[in-house]
Amino acid sequence: MTEASPAKPYALHLGVIALLFALSFVLPDYHHGLLARIMVLAVFAMGYNMLFGYVGLLSLGHAMFFSAGLYGAGLTVYHLGWNVPAAFAAGLACGALLALVIGLLALRTTGVAFMIVTMMFAQVFYLVILYFASWTGGDQGLVVQQAARVLVLGSASLDLTNPTVRYMSALALFSIVLLITLAIVRSRYGRVLVAIRENEERTKMLGYDTFSNKLIAVVVSGTICAASGAAYALLFGYVGSSFASVQYSILPLLWVLLGGAATTLGPLIGTLFMYYVIDITSGFTSAYLLIVGIALILLVLFFPKGILGSIRQRWLGWLP
Amino acid sequence: MHFGPHLLLAALEGLVTSAVLALTALGLSLVFGVMRVVNVAHGEFFMLGAVLAWAISTAISGHPAIGFLAALVLAPLIVGAIALVAERLVLRRLNYNPEATIVATIGMLYIIQQLALTFYGPEARPVEPPFSYRILLPWFGYSGYKLSVIATSALLLVATWLVLTRTKIGLVMRATQYDSETAQAFGIPVDRVYGGVFALGAMLAAIAAVLIVPISQAHYLMGQDPLLLSFIVVIIGGLGSLRGTVVAAVLIGLSDGIISVFFSPTLAKIIATFLVAMVLVFRPHGLFGTASR
Repeated sequence: MTEASPAKPYALHLGVIALLFALSFVLPDYHHGLLARIMVLAVFAMGYNMLFGYVGLLSLGHAMFFSAGLYGAGLTVYHLGWNVPAAFAAGLACGALLALVIGLLALRTTGVAFMIVTMMFAQVFYLVILYFASWTGGDQGLVVQQAARVLVLGSASLDLTNPTVRYMSALALFSIVLLITLAIVRSRYGRVLVAIRENEERTKMLGYDTFSNKLIAVVVSGTICAASGAAYALLFGYVGSSFASVQYSILPLLWVLLGGAATTLGPLIGTLFMYYVIDITSGFTSAYLLIVGIALILLVLFFPKGILGSIRQRWLGWLP
Repeated sequence: MHFGPHLLLAALEGLVTSAVLALTALGLSLVFGVMRVVNVAHGEFFMLGAVLAWAISTAISGHPAIGFLAALVLAPLIVGAIALVAERLVLRRLNYNPEATIVATIGMLYIIQQLALTFYGPEARPVEPPFSYRILLPWFGYSGYKLSVIATSALLLVATWLVLTRTKIGLVMRATQYDSETAQAFGIPVDRVYGGVFALGAMLAAIAAVLIVPISQAHYLMGQDPLLLSFIVVIIGGLGSLRGTVVAAVLIGLSDGIISVFFSPTLAKIIATFLVAMVLVFRPHGLFGTASR
């Protein structure tokens, strides 16, 4: 390792954040709105990547963490009239608590059983949302009114429905989560996670408590996904059960696979790429699920490492 | 209606569900048992069977029974061929790696579902039953066709069991399931067995769908519930165990039928899914399964 190596990744990440900040002033309205949404969903993908990329645990149920944040924030605003920071915190707390419980149960299993168990818990969560349709709005969902989505800071108040404020809030959340992920994966703890992914038995033999390390990773991952969900509810004002369906468990997997599992910027690239592929193709076909399906198969067949994973392997070994 | 006849009706409905479920789950169980592949697209093979049954029976004029019988033979063959192509093109190239195959079969799920939506459309379409004979019980009349579904399914299950335990093909399959490397060393074409088992699994799902389609209609999203229920059955019955699969299918089908008559179907699904997840967490080899080596 050379002297400059720790500085390079931080420079790259700050550069990406600066680029996204600059884009806010030049993008036309449509792409401006789309990019805000992509950044929020990229946070979801980063949370997923934390577990799938670094610990090697393939979950098929992350939609439940996203929607825990979504409903935690959305329902407290909608029914209890909480203000924005309190609702966001409620979303985070719901996600963290759910992740802790699910982690304690699901981590007793490994491999294929882990995928099925997470998928089933997510399905239970989805059905519970449908069952309590009188509070959650069921598959119709709820629309959070504009008046409730105002962030009051001292004397200033920020209207989260304003496109610029929305973009900047999304960027702020994205930047914080990106830097947190970067710090985690470069820390000692991040290395332990990778060691568990590569060889759990050996890590155990070296004296690490793999269960509690994995549990912490599930909670961190779930909380990040919940942050994305809570931000989605508050920024875009819509809370619906489709976000809890199995499709929203598979989308982050697709984004992470596409961008590159176990790369910090991969989730952003994957989400951005997939969103624009769907956006462009939806111009002449409504069959976007077909594209998702073909992309998944081509990715596992030919690019199991994803875009950034391949770049890291070929050229940039230092990429975190 | 009194409680007793009501319960009998619920139990009969449950048995029809069980019969179809047992066939579908058996397909999933065979694929998992022999190939160690979790086929997430299994429900879509079920849906394809139903959609093809509609297409074949409407293409053939004359008595509904002719169209239905043609569908019962042709639809599973077409679905089996599609599954075989998918297996050769995708799963084999992935070396049957468990995680990669899950992602790939999710991809297949989306592709099949979208193609069905594009070419078949979003409508639910009925298929006429081959005969409409009502059996009169003292309390209510019951569809003779539904009873014949139970009988057909039972026959097919026994036939599968005989093939697995009494024929050379079954022996080859069991040997591959037991230890594929040793089987290969003894000259068993493991690669071709995998292709055949994947096609067979899909065909079983398609047969189940053709049987159920005169009762419930063909729809492009109809694969979701059978997939989840089959997972539940296969897990409770123990992955890769035929007897466990059948017992679990009857158990789940009956309780699903009875619970959804007396309670909300959503609540029934919530409870069933949650209990099964718990079974998988605390008894990973199922209630009837034995620990694999």
